[in-house]
Amino acid sequence: MIHLPYLVAAWLFLVGLYGIVTSRNLVHAVTCLSVVQSSTYILLLAVGFERGGTAPIFLDVPVGTKAVDPVVGALTLTDIVVGATVSALLLALAVQIYKHHGTLDPERFRSRED
Amino acid sequence: MTPALRRRVFLAAAAVAGGLLLWGLTGLPDYGVYAGPYGDVLNAVAVGERKATNVVAAVTFDYRGVDTMGEEYILFAAVVGVAIVLRAQREETEQAPDEDAADRRAPGTSNAVRVLGLALLGPVVLFGIYVVAHGHLSPGGGFQGGVVLATGALLVYLSGEYVTLRRVRPVGLIDLSEGSGAAGYVAVGLLGLAAGATFLENVLPLGQPGALLSAGTIPLINLTVGLEVAGGFVLLLSEFLEQTLVVRRPGEVT
Repeated sequence: MIHLPYLVAAWLFLVGLYGIVTSRNLVHAVTCLSVVQSSTYILLLAVGFERGGTAPIFLDVPVGTKAVDPVVGALTLTDIVVGATVSALLLALAVQIYKHHGTLDPERFRSRED
Repeated sequence: MTPALRRRVFLAAAAVAGGLLLWGLTGLPDYGVYAGPYGDVLNAVAVGERKATNVVAAVTFDYRGVDTMGEEYILFAAVVGVAIVLRAQREETEQAPDEDAADRRAPGTSNAVRVLGLALLGPVVLFGIYVVAHGHLSPGGGFQGGVVLATGALLVYLSGEYVTLRRVRPVGLIDLSEGSGAAGYVAVGLLGLAAGATFLENVLPLGQPGALLSAGTIPLINLTVGLEVAGGFVLLLSEFLEQTLVVRRPGEVT
């Protein structure tokens, strides 16, 4: 009935995109990209959630206990680590851009090239 | 395009995209009502089939093992990319960060931070190993445990100085950890071929669910991923810290 998690995912996606489009600092833009990415985690986990379900780990509870979808959990967990390293790669590019242009503002180093 | 114009174009486009998103979201099953069969099927059969009590790990490293291998190589490529992008340029020289402001002295690390950091180092490394080793039983695994292990290097940095970290950071060992982690995943996959089955098939004895040595190849793959992630994150960390030492071209005033 309540679609709030889906709405949160849509909101994070759009607000993160807004941040990237209007960003005046590349480090800020990379952070906004992580915000966009986190919307996918919420959407995936929300789709797999089952009311009253426990974590899909049957160490303390017997097999057959109601549990949430393990597939979306697996997708999200690899996504988080890969997302962190991709952010690191983008931040490394930002470091080099700052060295070459002396600024992190996309507007300013763009106009310098003209 | 001016920033104001770009913002207006974006807002118009976002209104359309947001409308489409909301329209699409109304087609999803209600929140809290699980519709798809796959999760329920896996939850019912995975413990019996793979003897792994953590079904997420069984999905990540067994049922979806080939996909996870691809994701691990994205991670590997990103770490190598950072190392290449941040490599010392020819015109750059190494200098301590506080040479710029000779009149300002950076405050030294306080004794409390030193003692706490070093006291936490052992427990953090042990916890990281525990999380990697028990990935097929309880929440955790190579990805999570690898990040915890890499935190150990951060503690060394916090409780000393970066120069100390560079001395204790065994470069060869980190490269070996990252490389063998990446290669180990494929080696476990080839084990399946060697046994006459398919690539990445779980061919090792499965054991009893809940035992540390169970679930066949899943703990082995967890170990390789743990090595890869720990090595990769320590490498990322030291590449960025290196930037505080190697910053300027000679003669350039920033």
